[in-house]
Amino acid sequence: MKKIEAIIRKSQFEEVKEALHEAGIDFFTYWDVTGIGNEKAGAIYRATVYETRFIQRTMISFVCRDHLAENAVQAIIRAAQTGELGDGKIFISNVEDSVRIRTGERGPESLFIKD
Amino acid sequence: MRKKKLLSIMVMGWLFAFGSVVPVMAQASSPAPAADSGDTAWMIVASALVMLMTMPGLALFYGGLVRQKNVLNILMQCFILMAVLTLQWVLIGYSLAFGSSQGFLKSFIGGFNWAFLRNIGIHDLSPYFISHSQTLADGTQTGTIPHLIFILFQCKFAVITPALIIGAFAERIRFKGFLVFSILWSFFVYDPVAHWVWSADGWLYKLGAIDFAGGTVVHVNAGIAALVTALLIGKRKDYRGSAIPPHNIPFVVIGASLLWFGWFGFNAGSGLAADGLAASAFLVTHTAAAAAAFTWGIMEWVLHGRPSTIGIATGAVAGLVAITPAAGFVDITGSLAIGIGVSLICYLSVGIMKPRFGYDDSLDAFGVHGIGGIWGAIATGIFASPFIQSSYSGLIYGNASQLLKQLLATGVTIVYSAAVTYVIFKLTDKWVGMRVSLKEEAVGLDWSEHKEVAYTKID
Repeated sequence: MKKIEAIIRKSQFEEVKEALHEAGIDFFTYWDVTGIGNEKAGAIYRATVYETRFIQRTMISFVCRDHLAENAVQAIIRAAQTGELGDGKIFISNVEDSVRIRTGERGPESLFIKD
Repeated sequence: MRKKKLLSIMVMGWLFAFGSVVPVMAQASSPAPAADSGDTAWMIVASALVMLMTMPGLALFYGGLVRQKNVLNILMQCFILMAVLTLQWVLIGYSLAFGSSQGFLKSFIGGFNWAFLRNIGIHDLSPYFISHSQTLADGTQTGTIPHLIFILFQCKFAVITPALIIGAFAERIRFKGFLVFSILWSFFVYDPVAHWVWSADGWLYKLGAIDFAGGTVVHVNAGIAALVTALLIGKRKDYRGSAIPPHNIPFVVIGASLLWFGWFGFNAGSGLAADGLAASAFLVTHTAAAAAAFTWGIMEWVLHGRPSTIGIATGAVAGLVAITPAAGFVDITGSLAIGIGVSLICYLSVGIMKPRFGYDDSLDAFGVHGIGGIWGAIATGIFASPFIQSSYSGLIYGNASQLLKQLLATGVTIVYSAAVTYVIFKLTDKWVGMRVSLKEEAVGLDWSEHKEVAYTKID
């Protein structure tokens, strides 16, 4: 089992969601994150422009079975890439175990719904 | 034990206050010229409109501009001033501002003749009037609205003026210090200055300085106090010369809109009658705000590439501030000149002067109300038109002396407000402390001063 975490542009969220669905990832968690970086944005406040280094991005996180992981990563890259600085990153890690709380199933069994 | 004693003193105070008001009211039914129902109806509405300016108008305007950890503190400050200063007003403030005293003090401060609203009956007519008046049997002139509604109308002014200062020390003031400071400020700054300018005995009034709805009394007065308190309390921990972003811009816009709406009561009500002068004041108030809002938006667009929501809201408020003293004296030309002028001036004051000098007037109480108020008070002496009120004309109608009187009244208000604010701040700081600790400031005043949070994460 792999855990895939991706930080993407907020503006690419819809594209990434569609691409993940096509790659077989139907369940994932996401949240808005704020980071600090080199990118600067000029905001106007009452006759002054001030620079803000706070960067708004969306973080996506899910755990999937090994054979889906590479497809999912490729899907995110395809959908989230604009070529500009700041497109984001993807982190992939191994997951030791998982449990479906409803049934008590463990491991990869717990990650998908069997027909 | 001490607490018990304090409580009994408070209760006795209340009994005294009401014990003395009620019987007088009951007696006062001597036949007198009647109140004009149209004027009275309008002034009741106008008084309610002015309340809307402080709460929720100013509360949301300022509340949106601070960070979310301080929003309740701002709302609370506005709310408690409405409560406390209303009490101050009926107990003694009204008498100090509009009552009369004897001897040397007569021109400078009212006496205690109307304290607890004694000697004022429900059928008494307002001794103050602008365009509508009538003659009593003994030959004295009187207004056409009940005295009580004049008191209420002025009460709302007495509340909003100290509330304007909140913008200067926002996000770092101890609530107790703020409360003590505001009450003292009402006694020693607002009440005397209102007496000078608006009371029939006041020395600036007799001198011929004009202030229709509170340019010097309200805006210059509060604006200068704002600058002094901002300097004395020091910068916010996180303030490094550039803006600290506001947490809720829709609040700011709603607040500014309610201020604009309530200002119609403030300015058009200041004629104390429902007549052509009120209509004229209403018109020029509206057009000055419109001109100022649009000017600010255009300036940001040209200078920074985009018009901002906060910018246009700030411009509107600046326009309303500037037209306040002039509302009953200028025509549409004067109104537009004042509105456009104030945005240009305030834009420089908050965009260039503030960063240059580095004071942390957090929400620009000085930059908008002080600077805008000074411009408005002076501009009244420039643009006052004899076609609005025949006895008043300004520089462009050949009466340079009016401009000099305006400059003097503004200068005196600046000096007096600055000096007395300084003393009150220092005393309060020594007595109860004005600034929260660095840790409390970092946590936010909502939690440190009120043990509440505005936006909870719990459903």
